[in-house]
Amino acid sequence: MAERKIFAGGEFLITDAGAEDVFILEEMTREHKMIYAAAFDFVKKEIRPNMERINEKNEELTRSLMKKAGDLGLIATDIPEEYGGEEMDKISTCLVTDAIGGGASFSVSHSAHTGIGTLPIVYFGTEAQKKKYLPKLGTGEWLAAYCLTESSAGSDALNAQTTATLSDDGRHYLLNGEKIFITNGAWADLFIVYAKVDGEKFTGFIVERSFPGVSSGPEEKKMGIEGSSTTSVIFKDCMVPVENVLFEIGKGHKIAFNVLNIGRYKLGAGVIGGCKVIIAEATQYATTREQFGKKIASFGMIKNKLADMCIGIFMTESLTYRLAAMIEDKLSSLDPQARKEGAENAKAIEEYAAECSIAKVYGSECLDFCADEVVQIFGGYGYIAEYPAEGIYRDARINRIFEGTNEINRLLITGTVLKRAVQGRLALFDAVQALEEEAKAGLPDAPGFDDAPLAAQQHLVKMSKKILLLTLGKAAGNLLADLAEEQEVLAFLSDMITEIFAMESGLLRALKMIDKKGEKRAEYHTAAVQIYINDVIPKIVHWSKQVLTFVEKDDALVVLLAAVDKLAAYRPVDTVSLRRLIAEKVIKSKRYIF
Amino acid sequence: MEILVCVKRVPDTSENEIEINKDGSDIERDDLVYSVNEWDNYAVEEAIQIRDNVGGSVTVVSVGDEDAEEVVRREMAMGADKGILLSDNAFEGSDGRGIANILKAEVEKGKYDLVLTGAQADDGAGQVGGMLAAMLDWPYASLVNSLEVVDDKTIKVGREIAGGNLEMNEIDLPCVLSIQTGINEPRYVGIRGIRKVASIDIPVHGAGDLGITPESVGESGAKVKRIDYFTPELGEGAEILEGSTDEIIEKLIELLKAKGGIK
Ligand SMILES: Cc1cc2nc3c(=O)[nH]c(=O)nc-3n(C[C@H](O)[C@H](O)[C@H](O)COP(=O)(O)OP(=O)(O)OC[C@H]3O[C@@H](n4cnc5c(N)ncnc54)[C@H](O)[C@@H]3O)c2cc1C
Repeated sequence: MAERKIFAGGEFLITDAGAEDVFILEEMTREHKMIYAAAFDFVKKEIRPNMERINEKNEELTRSLMKKAGDLGLIATDIPEEYGGEEMDKISTCLVTDAIGGGASFSVSHSAHTGIGTLPIVYFGTEAQKKKYLPKLGTGEWLAAYCLTESSAGSDALNAQTTATLSDDGRHYLLNGEKIFITNGAWADLFIVYAKVDGEKFTGFIVERSFPGVSSGPEEKKMGIEGSSTTSVIFKDCMVPVENVLFEIGKGHKIAFNVLNIGRYKLGAGVIGGCKVIIAEATQYATTREQFGKKIASFGMIKNKLADMCIGIFMTESLTYRLAAMIEDKLSSLDPQARKEGAENAKAIEEYAAECSIAKVYGSECLDFCADEVVQIFGGYGYIAEYPAEGIYRDARINRIFEGTNEINRLLITGTVLKRAVQGRLALFDAVQALEEEAKAGLPDAPGFDDAPLAAQQHLVKMSKKILLLTLGKAAGNLLADLAEEQEVLAFLSDMITEIFAMESGLLRALKMIDKKGEKRAEYHTAAVQIYINDVIPKIVHWSKQVLTFVEKDDALVVLLAAVDKLAAYRPVDTVSLRRLIAEKVIKSKRYIF
Repeated sequence: MEILVCVKRVPDTSENEIEINKDGSDIERDDLVYSVNEWDNYAVEEAIQIRDNVGGSVTVVSVGDEDAEEVVRREMAMGADKGILLSDNAFEGSDGRGIANILKAEVEKGKYDLVLTGAQADDGAGQVGGMLAAMLDWPYASLVNSLEVVDDKTIKVGREIAGGNLEMNEIDLPCVLSIQTGINEPRYVGIRGIRKVASIDIPVHGAGDLGITPESVGESGAKVKRIDYFTPELGEGAEILEGSTDEIIEKLIELLKAKGGIK
């Protein structure tokens, strides 16, 4: 396989990737396919038939399922082989997460355990800590939980009040404080806990359930994912041996943020599995329910919903797996010594912090879109608990909240891109300047297109990048340091950045398919991309103009708005027919079609 | 014990609704998800358990096109030691006898003590195992739902018979058995297993390798030909319940209640 070019974080905004630079799911290896099939089979036979019992918060059942998953290697994907793990590439890890994502509550217990619960040790543990804990976590013998949130430290995670005080004999830290909303809280055998040493140095600790002074509060009554445990975890003079300090004193934020990066792109993968369950339920219902003497799937507005679900999943998939491969390529480029250092791995992943946040925001919003529309397709039955849509709707909602709310992640997307630009890690401002020069010389008219497939869409993605650069350049230039305080502007920019990554990922996937399999086999890919880009461009224009109108006035503004219009000039495609094409295919196959 | 298990790649009935295609010549095969025939999976599990108990090896074989390789590999990831794909354009369109013929040739190339097949296939007629045994002139037991190795000459098999009764037989080796679901609980495929087999080359044997004259198999050799494919008309008093499994159960309960079948 040709080498993919390694992009720097955020570089997609200023460099056009070619189809050869992205991984697409259609080029999964045989091993990838088998891994997905194995995980899917497990979920289909062990998780989905047990949903109701799992949702009774059945600890014993969830534990036994976790052990079964452990026996199959499905919870040790990120653990190095020397500690009994599978040490899989990131694409395989995402495939497992994707398949398990169809398991609602179980997938939340699973991801808290394998992700935020286990990864801090994988990436930041000492040799002794890894040897001691990872084999137990990788088999599911022990369950893990991650204790960051407190009542006064939610989004503001570093504002923890939990303290850690060194005992007089210097052998233990005494932890005092209360963490809330902890997934696996009542069940976990091991907790990753953040506390402030001497009330100021934010530090990670590995705490075993059996240490004196650990207790769990009562189960929270939740909107959804009822089958997962969510409790407070209380530390009262909890004695933690000094060798259980995770990483360095005062460096807890490094663990917390790096682990969240990983949690975020994996959340992108996990929601795909959930979305695929939803579109299958929706289609199944729409093809059986009759009104006005017809299956409701024959109604155009229902078709639109099915098509839009399908396109949304396609985009989430395209960008998440593209990102997984970017991360994998970056990790593979490390020298063998660094590859073995957990912290070096975390740093390599940090390169793509903005993209990880994009996967989280985009994926969780796609899931919620699908969950909302499946309720609508079920009509009144969608609101009734006996039917599947109601639970799906409630379960989906948490994904926009945890692993950093989507607001916090939106701030991170723009913030990270700007920070990298300021640090000189991303030549963003050079690109802005080049564009300004180009604009001074007069922006060219939109070119006419030959018949090359998706040529117009390729052009529009390029133009979207220019619109972003123009907008971001103006906002940064006019607001200077104040930009950091103008959240509405940051959010508009974030949405533009996100959509550019999504459009480009979908586009490159379709182009690669056309290149490899021919236009006919890429018919639906092409349609999805045509519809999607057609619909996003007006949004990009809108967001850009909103920012520009806020930061610029009078004649200068008029010039800018005209420039945006010129860049975004396009001829609409017939999305009515194209959506019908996709919907018909979904209806025929009764599932996600890509 | 040297065991050969015959497996088939079939449309997965738990993932697809099987519909008849436009010209009624076949089922609609666009967009189907395929997997290993469920019965065969039980046969492979049984073979693995026997091997783990008494030693020997398990070979999985499938007659099919190149796509059938994926089910052979899957069963190897489950724990079978070897896999063989029997594939040739000349095999296409074989009837049950043709398939049995092809399998017989492969059986004779090896030194097997035991050949297992699934009791039937989702898309088949449940005839290959019996025919294969007859062609080999080996003893045969069908619908086997328990199995115990006595010594290297005999095994004991339990068979399901009418009325939910069980019948126990001793049968001489070598023999052919068709395996019923429920005989065991097939294991899942795990990541380790997958990694072991993902890059193994699976040998492909064609008509030439097996010494089969192409005309004797495939469409030309088939003596049973499908002439039509259709969904039967609803008979008097019949009603087909539609909807998801849950909905169907619901409707069924209501019907039974309405007719006084349950209270
Ligand atoms: C079911 C469940 C499971 C969870 N599991 C875990 C777990 O395992 N471990 C763990 O540590 N935590 C866990 N959490 C906690 C979760 O991560 C936090 O709830 C989340 O980070 C938000 O914090 P908060 O609830 O305090 O909301 P707040 O931070 O109070 O936010 C309230 C609102 O204000 C917005 N907001 C906050 N700050 C800003 C800002 N600077 N700019 C703009 N908007 C802002 C937020 O986006 C949100 O809309 C879980 C929560 C739930 C509900």
